[in-house]
Amino acid sequence: MKLLGVAVGVAVVGVLIGFYISSYLVGNTPAFRPKATGAAGARTVNLTIQTVAAVGPSLASNHPDWVSYLVRNNQGRWERSTVWTLPANAIVHVTIYNFDGASGLRNPFLGQPQGLVGKEIVDGKPLGALPPDQPSHTFAIPELGVLALVAPVGDAAKNQCNYAPCTMAMAHRTMTFTFRTGKKGHYRWQCFVPCAAGFVYGFGGPMQTIGYMDGFVNVV
Amino acid sequence: MSSQPRSVEGGPAHGRRFLTAWLVLSLILSPLVAIYLGPAIPPGNGSVEATGQVFDNEVLVTFATPICIFVVLFLLYAVFSFRSRTVEIVDGPPVRGDSRIQIAWMVVTTVAVLALAAFGSYELLVDGAGGGQGPNAAFLPAGHSQAMDVQVIGQQWEFTYRYPTLGGLETPHLMLPANTLIRLHVTSLDAIHSFWAYQLGVKADANPGTDNIVYVTTKGPRSFDIHCAELCGLWHGYMFDTGQVVEQSAFTAWAKQQQTYFAPVAKYLPAYSTTYLPDPQRRAG
Repeated sequence: MKLLGVAVGVAVVGVLIGFYISSYLVGNTPAFRPKATGAAGARTVNLTIQTVAAVGPSLASNHPDWVSYLVRNNQGRWERSTVWTLPANAIVHVTIYNFDGASGLRNPFLGQPQGLVGKEIVDGKPLGALPPDQPSHTFAIPELGVLALVAPVGDAAKNQCNYAPCTMAMAHRTMTFTFRTGKKGHYRWQCFVPCAAGFVYGFGGPMQTIGYMDGFVNVV
Repeated sequence: MSSQPRSVEGGPAHGRRFLTAWLVLSLILSPLVAIYLGPAIPPGNGSVEATGQVFDNEVLVTFATPICIFVVLFLLYAVFSFRSRTVEIVDGPPVRGDSRIQIAWMVVTTVAVLALAAFGSYELLVDGAGGGQGPNAAFLPAGHSQAMDVQVIGQQWEFTYRYPTLGGLETPHLMLPANTLIRLHVTSLDAIHSFWAYQLGVKADANPGTDNIVYVTTKGPRSFDIHCAELCGLWHGYMFDTGQVVEQSAFTAWAKQQQTYFAPVAKYLPAYSTTYLPDPQRRAG
């Protein structure tokens, strides 16, 4: 009986630890499934996301000062979700509104868009590569070979957004690009810019927590 | 039924019987292990170093087979031969020391361990055996001065590769020419990673500010798995890729295509160096 009690106790503690770790890792972010159009095998998805220097208390009361990606949901509202479900072999048109400044890349090689359908367009102009001190963020799905750059809002820009939600009247940059999802799978996406303010090498906190600068693309 | 402990003395010649069974089983199973199991032991035949590792594992497993048989057989023999044959709980026969067995045990185990250590050390040191040797590699394969340099750069969470002989070209995937001695320079830009090219038998830590050199001689065209083998953060488990060994002509064509594709960013790359210590960026603490 005593042994059974110990076993149950250990199991309960184990479950609680597992729950704590998993909830920390996923950051309590909801999954988002954008609307897809077109026939099966030739689906098209429009994904609109934004990057903000601080996510703000209304979207993350526990970490309001963390840098974050946000996605516009099917109701047109911005939400802090970085787990997205996309159809297989689909064309995904992405628009990124960036309200954040420059952080810079540790590896300049990651300053060139890769694996996209056509060119990445920044404020209406095609992008070849960004100098290493310029990128604000990147959007990368390494397993799919996708890498897109997020250009920064200038330090001197007026009406900068301090924390989300940001409005389109505030200083921002606009990036558009397209990629293919390919076959079904569970792919991670991440930012390669060390943009986590106050963390060692800029790669802690929001860079290591799903729901901020990392997430999953579930291709189904 | 007697309630007295059964005496081992005067019973069957357990030692001789056990050793005979062990010898017969070892003579049968050890060659089978060497012939059939040994070649199937990882990491395979993807490079000269990997083939050497398979041979090492084959020798060690073959050597370990009679030892394993000894332990398991002794356990089974003891369980069946010396089991209690009465329902009462009684003392077993007294245990007496035997200096011949003790000396033989110490000599045999000492020789076995030292022989394995000597073999393993020799194999490890003769050419580096596919392991990282730090910035001043001491164990050099033949022809090392003509080796092709390729740099492996670890970063959270991706490996990228630079080819100093191709103008410092950097690529997101590793491509190597077949039948070529490669000198990999493994380093990191942030946390500690570990570059593990499984089928090539290569494993080397990627430390920031350190040029960890590892030699590998490729064989014919094939693909190989690349993993990070050092827990390095959130996406450590996703830090994998597939590398390719291709014929020299295909490698040349690939390099030209990559140089064209990555021309826009080439002007921003730093000059090739064995290590890079980028400053923490604006926000990094």
